[in-house]
Amino acid sequence: MKTHQCTVFSVIYDEAGGMPSNGLAPGTRCVDVPADWMCPDCGVSRADFEMIEI
Amino acid sequence: MTTTPSAIKNAGVVIIGSGLAGYTLAREFRKLDKEMPLTILSRDHAGFYSKPMLSNALASNKTAATLVMKPAEKMAAELNAVVRSEVQVERIDIEAKSILLKGGEVIPYRDVVLALGADTLQIGLAGDGANAVLSVNDLDDYARFAQQLDGVKTVVILGAGLIGCEFANDLLHRGIHSTVIDLADRPLSRLLPAEASAFMRQKLEAAGVQFRFNVAVHRVNKTATGFDVELSDSSHIQADMVLSAIGLRPRTELAAAAGIAVNRGVIVNRHLVTSNAHVHALGDCAEVAGHVLPYVMPLMQQARALAATLAGTPTHVVYPAMPVMVKTPACPTVVCSPAPHAVGAWQVTTTADGCDARFMGVDHSLLGFALLGAATAQKQALAAQVAGWLI
Repeated sequence: MKTHQCTVFSVIYDEAGGMPSNGLAPGTRCVDVPADWMCPDCGVSRADFEMIEI
Repeated sequence: MTTTPSAIKNAGVVIIGSGLAGYTLAREFRKLDKEMPLTILSRDHAGFYSKPMLSNALASNKTAATLVMKPAEKMAAELNAVVRSEVQVERIDIEAKSILLKGGEVIPYRDVVLALGADTLQIGLAGDGANAVLSVNDLDDYARFAQQLDGVKTVVILGAGLIGCEFANDLLHRGIHSTVIDLADRPLSRLLPAEASAFMRQKLEAAGVQFRFNVAVHRVNKTATGFDVELSDSSHIQADMVLSAIGLRPRTELAAAAGIAVNRGVIVNRHLVTSNAHVHALGDCAEVAGHVLPYVMPLMQQARALAATLAGTPTHVVYPAMPVMVKTPACPTVVCSPAPHAVGAWQVTTTADGCDARFMGVDHSLLGFALLGAATAQKQALAAQVAGWLI
């Protein structure tokens, strides 16, 4: 499981936890997030999330 | 400096501005059109960073250097674009469809996009310290601010709006207790109903922020060690630093000088077209169908629509419900403002750990909301019920 961080607002997407309230079940890998998915906080698309190391 | 991945001479799309608006548009455009010559003109270093991060950079231990996510060269390569840093646009010639740079260079365009951003509002302050009042509107400003923070124990912040409250909260991570001053009688007075402002005030005060409301700043004088700030009620506050965060003014001068219609911002329709068919605008400089909304989500919506239009599919911008996250960790807050002139009333429920404010229309429909503290958990559920501004 990996962690990605949005380049705009630093929102962190943790694959293990997913984002159940936004249609991403726990365990949803970042590569499997639909291309048209948008971050609920500011509307950035999946492509704007980049992998970071924590 | 010029970053040229390939020799591109044909008139293509030229974006003026390398902020979030300019680069987001460039990315969205390149998803749809990989060939059209694309040039981005920047008056600064042209590295990609996110302006919203500037007001919570201390909490995340970011420096001006680490806030830059990608330097200009990398952006140019990724976008297959010419990225010109440190250039000044003198004027746009809408008849010749060209841009004149300081120094005489002329850049032709098929379409030009104004992604110019906004300036911080300045109030006329008296005193010999007025010129030393800081504002943080871009990365270079942030670098100056961060550099001067060394040894600072007290900060006076002018403006208790979104940015002022965010900086006040962020400075707490450095152990700095700010005093925030506003003419209004409460924080975020233009975004929140009074009860929600009271909740935020209480949480921020509990965290160590001080407020002074219903007063103006008259004078900022230098002292031996910092500043003396004189208020309209003749009281004085001593501080090591003074930071101004009283608001933004869209940059319209370039458009106006080119004969393009401007109002509060550069006037564009829902296709993000100005009064000239080949000049477009988005982001903080734009007034879109009457709305000036200097937030991230409107900008993202604009970039997607304009990218499609520039790639050959005329597309109008849609504004769904667009909640704004206020980056005050001491009081998590999300605001989805009702449209201007919306008719209704706030219904507010406040508990010890949260404030749930809903703007209800006369037909009992939800037209907007503000959620603070624990109530922010309702964000998704409420956002789904609110109709957008431009649908």
